Amino acid sequence: MTAYFDVYRQLMKIGVMAEIQYRVSTYFYMIGMITEPVIYLVVWSTIARSHGGSVGGYTAGQFVAYYIVWTLVRNVNIVFTPYGWEDRIRTGQFSAMLLRPMHPIHWDLAFFAGTRIMSVIMWLPLAAILVIAFRPTISPTWTQVLVFFFAIWGAYLIRSFNQWMLGLVTFWTTRVGAVFQLYITAETLLSGRLVPLSLMPHWVQVLADFLPFQWTFQFPILALIGKLTTRQLFLGLAAQLGWILGGIFLLQLVWAACLRKYSAVGN
Amino acid sequence: MHEIRLAWLFFRVGAMNELQYRVNFFLQLFQSVLAIGTGLVSLWLIFSHTSSLHGWNPAQLLIVMGVFTLMGGVIQTTIQPNMTQLIEDVQQGTFDYVLTKPADAQVLASIRRVEIWQSVDVLTGVIIVLIGVLRLQSQFGIGRAVTFLLMLVVGALLIYCFWMILTTLAFWVTSMWHLVELFAGVYNAGRYPVGIYPGWLRYGLTVVVPVAFAVTVPSEALTGRLDTKTVLGAVALSLILVTITRVFWSFGLRRYSGASA
Repeated sequence: MTAYFDVYRQLMKIGVMAEIQYRVSTYFYMIGMITEPVIYLVVWSTIARSHGGSVGGYTAGQFVAYYIVWTLVRNVNIVFTPYGWEDRIRTGQFSAMLLRPMHPIHWDLAFFAGTRIMSVIMWLPLAAILVIAFRPTISPTWTQVLVFFFAIWGAYLIRSFNQWMLGLVTFWTTRVGAVFQLYITAETLLSGRLVPLSLMPHWVQVLADFLPFQWTFQFPILALIGKLTTRQLFLGLAAQLGWILGGIFLLQLVWAACLRKYSAVGN
Repeated sequence: MHEIRLAWLFFRVGAMNELQYRVNFFLQLFQSVLAIGTGLVSLWLIFSHTSSLHGWNPAQLLIVMGVFTLMGGVIQTTIQPNMTQLIEDVQQGTFDYVLTKPADAQVLASIRRVEIWQSVDVLTGVIIVLIGVLRLQSQFGIGRAVTFLLMLVVGALLIYCFWMILTTLAFWVTSMWHLVELFAGVYNAGRYPVGIYPGWLRYGLTVVVPVAFAVTVPSEALTGRLDTKTVLGAVALSLILVTITRVFWSFGLRRYSGASA
């Protein structure tokens, strides 16, 4: 256990340092990323304003809050891309990963957690600009802040497991691109990434309840902007825990199948 | 004239090279369909809650989406691949090979890569624009069509200049990763007419990154919102920016020291 703790601490440090080293690059990436919610924010707060102040239960200020918190959640839930697996397998990095005495997922979880922490710190000035420019309506309680803190890391874990499993599809086909595009589209529509799910038709909301996506975007956002009751907050954390445990279980199965399938190419 | 023949030659070679990988066409088509599907869902959501967005009705916003897709296809087919190649070459020092060829370096650097399958987006964009125009329910003359085409060319030219100026910075700052993500993100703002954005952002999307000229202005031409003043202004701006790009490029080129020297 202490061995794992040390490994995590060191890898997170490396992650933090990698982010600091390439900070110009990180800002390029972040500004590009923040444009997406700013577009949604402008569109929906415009509609809310032209409809006597609110649409789908959201006021213009609440839309602003929703999409600004969105940027924070997005900053934390960026994880290792499934596309990266193609490279890992083709260049033989994967063989080296297998030689380490711990499951390779720990490497990604720890390293990316490190980069996320740094990325949130670098996000702060951009967030300040967004807050000044668009004026969100938000006044979270301490309970909401606390639940939010756990919820964004829950989102991080759920998304990590999902995308890791998606990446493992590479063991069977090298064309993961199409599968991954489909996944991202489903996520965009069913997670609250495009719009809060309450703006979607009823059947979409029902469908979303059976899928993990909303726990990686909408739940943490709603937790902080004060759209949930205390009961819903804690039930939400429980649901996240359920998806995390489910993810771990499924990953074990897929992983075992992958190892049987894998044969090193090249050397 | 020589340059145009050269561009056509590069285009043919690039296209033939990519035509070997037929499956990529279907992958690109699939991706294109998903993107358009998401775009249509967004429009449908917007218009299930309102009847017009900042004065634009559904048919008009469909045109904006079509132009956005079309222009995105042009960028991804020719402009972006050339610029990322240039950044890489400057980083690695392999830009020497371009300089030693007996043609203008800026022209060569801007025409040598073609990703032909990306032009699927040009095609789908055109289809969406046509559907939008058919649903416009207003008189549609040849004048609008000509202005539209002219504004498309001007828009593409401005985007090229913008990319070229940024890429030229690679002569000073060699680590330019994520520039593509930055541009792709900001370009996304063109999905909607820039008029909906607050003043400072609208200004940025017009002057700093010419998304307004690339997508909104051609769409305005088609929907009959454009006045002659804007047309002339856009043409003048493109001429000025082409000159600035040329001067800046020559200036940057002097910084390049090569890898073999």
